[in-house]
Amino acid sequence: MMAPLLEARSLSKFYPIKGAARGAKLHAVDDVSLTIGAGESVGLVGESGCGKSTMVRLLGRLIDPTTGQILLGGDDITAVSQARFASAAGRRRIQIVFQDATESLNPSFRVFQAIADPLKRLLDMRNTAEIDKRVRMTAALVGLPQELLQRYPHQLSGGQRARVGIARAVAVEPSLLILDEPTSALDVSVQAVILRLLADLRDRLKMSYLFVSHDLNVVRLLCSRVVVMYLGKIVEIAPGEALFTAPRHPYTRALVAAIPDPARRREARPRLDGSPASPIDPDPNACRFYGRCPMSTDLCASAMPPLRAVGPDHFAACHFALSPVGGTP
Amino acid sequence: MAQLEIDNLSVEFRTRHGVVRALEGVSLSVARGEILGVVGESGSGKSVTAYTVMALNDEAAEIKSGRITMGGIDLRAASPEAMRELRGREVAMIFQSPRTALHPIRKVGKQIEDVLREHAGLPSRDLKQAAIAALARVRIPDPERRAEAFPFELSGGMCQRVMIAMALACSPSVLIADEPTTGLDVTTQAVIMDLIRDMSRSARMSTLLITHDLGLAGEYCDRIAVMHAGHVVEIAETETLLDRPAHPYTRQLLAATPVPESRIETLNSIPGQLPDLRSALPPCRFSGRCDRRQTICDEGELPWTELSPTHLVRCRFPL
Repeated sequence: MMAPLLEARSLSKFYPIKGAARGAKLHAVDDVSLTIGAGESVGLVGESGCGKSTMVRLLGRLIDPTTGQILLGGDDITAVSQARFASAAGRRRIQIVFQDATESLNPSFRVFQAIADPLKRLLDMRNTAEIDKRVRMTAALVGLPQELLQRYPHQLSGGQRARVGIARAVAVEPSLLILDEPTSALDVSVQAVILRLLADLRDRLKMSYLFVSHDLNVVRLLCSRVVVMYLGKIVEIAPGEALFTAPRHPYTRALVAAIPDPARRREARPRLDGSPASPIDPDPNACRFYGRCPMSTDLCASAMPPLRAVGPDHFAACHFALSPVGGTP
Repeated sequence: MAQLEIDNLSVEFRTRHGVVRALEGVSLSVARGEILGVVGESGSGKSVTAYTVMALNDEAAEIKSGRITMGGIDLRAASPEAMRELRGREVAMIFQSPRTALHPIRKVGKQIEDVLREHAGLPSRDLKQAAIAALARVRIPDPERRAEAFPFELSGGMCQRVMIAMALACSPSVLIADEPTTGLDVTTQAVIMDLIRDMSRSARMSTLLITHDLGLAGEYCDRIAVMHAGHVVEIAETETLLDRPAHPYTRQLLAATPVPESRIETLNSIPGQLPDLRSALPPCRFSGRCDRRQTICDEGELPWTELSPTHLVRCRFPL
């Protein structure tokens, strides 16, 4: 195991519900612990509402956790509030590439300004020549032609905008890059270019990635370890290959079985029906997947299964994770 | 005879910046009970094809040539009233974004009742039950309660199912599904696609499935047509298209699509971009991006090559 670059300890984020019963809370992320090693790429997958986006915002320090800590290189970065962290020295070490570059780029900033802005804010660069040099270097790094630097976002193609979003994140040389669905708005031919660019940048800049995507085949391409979330909880953590070929949690099995696969078009595959239970004050003594899970035994309704080792570097939160794969009672 | 037949369809859009030749010579047919996939990247003309069949294109669109027939009826000759009769009853469409396609402040059960009243001619007293049955059919849990919900009270996946329930309510003979599962989780996508497949099989519904996802088309479609820059470039039975693609673009598209066996080093990117559809275009609109291009590709009419009775490719030098 690599020395962890980032360590999240019992991270939770609860939101009070307006107009609901007094004290009712939405458990967006509930007691989640995970580590990301130096140079490691970790995938984060799960359905909408599972807490992926909240994890992105927590680990990216865009919001404060309700409880828990985040350690970056051993330093507790949750000791200062999110508002103060924005100008703290640690800010440049974690950067985020957002889902839709069209939405996340300032429409009135030319590409040059978009990349220069974090250099000024986070590295306190003042020397114009130095900024100019660094912007051009970064643009070259992500494959943006120099003549595009004076364009506005709306004058760029989707692929070019994606490159700008990546350029402004890597310009400050972060140690952790959080990628939130970075290619979901792109056509496959452009997606392929951006994915290759990301793999290349990771190797060259020695960054760690937290890669959030709904496309499991894309996660599989880039990540050595994958974390699966369901209703605010981690249900499985496994090396990429093991997760896809031998998933141990029933939810992960359903997720993997749902990936469209022409090779298996004649097979009947298990389908997950219904929708997740309510994230508002869920029963702390029941598995979150209870009711939707094909197992759903009495034990599942009365005891929350902890995340436990089921193989090398492989953890699953299911009472039946050690029973044979596919074995349903 | 095919249930839906599109023959040599050409569509142009007049814009301030010139005429966009969005579709040229598009021919597709869908047999009863068949699912035909139409795949391609943004700008390939997939959605324009769907909107043209439904006669839902905006005023800037002009059909230059072509015939569209459904169950033998010539849709282009149909009056707007006749077309409105057909939509909903004979042909239904699932749109990309359910939130914009549903009425924002009408209960979803009522919206389905509207469709049933208009097109199925059900007596008023049966409408409510029929709407609830339609919701149950798309496996919406607790359909009685959900019928009373407004679209904003439902998740994206639920809205999508409501729209599918509405599209399938009158048992149409043709379903046009334009990216029906975009934005849905893979688990929900699987349930919905299984449902569309079941409907196609059991009710002999003809489905035109428009998607950018070759994996999805590969799992659910009987045949697949590949579009590029307003042209259909290849059409074949699914296994053939996936295993032995003949058009250079199809091969490139397949190699760019991540599958479980893909490796980042070998993931293909397609060089170049779509040509500007407002400019003078060569006969083969892929020639500018093609690695097999020869001078003859830019001359004369682009022929169809028939590799087998069911495998057609629009390329002079198929693979």
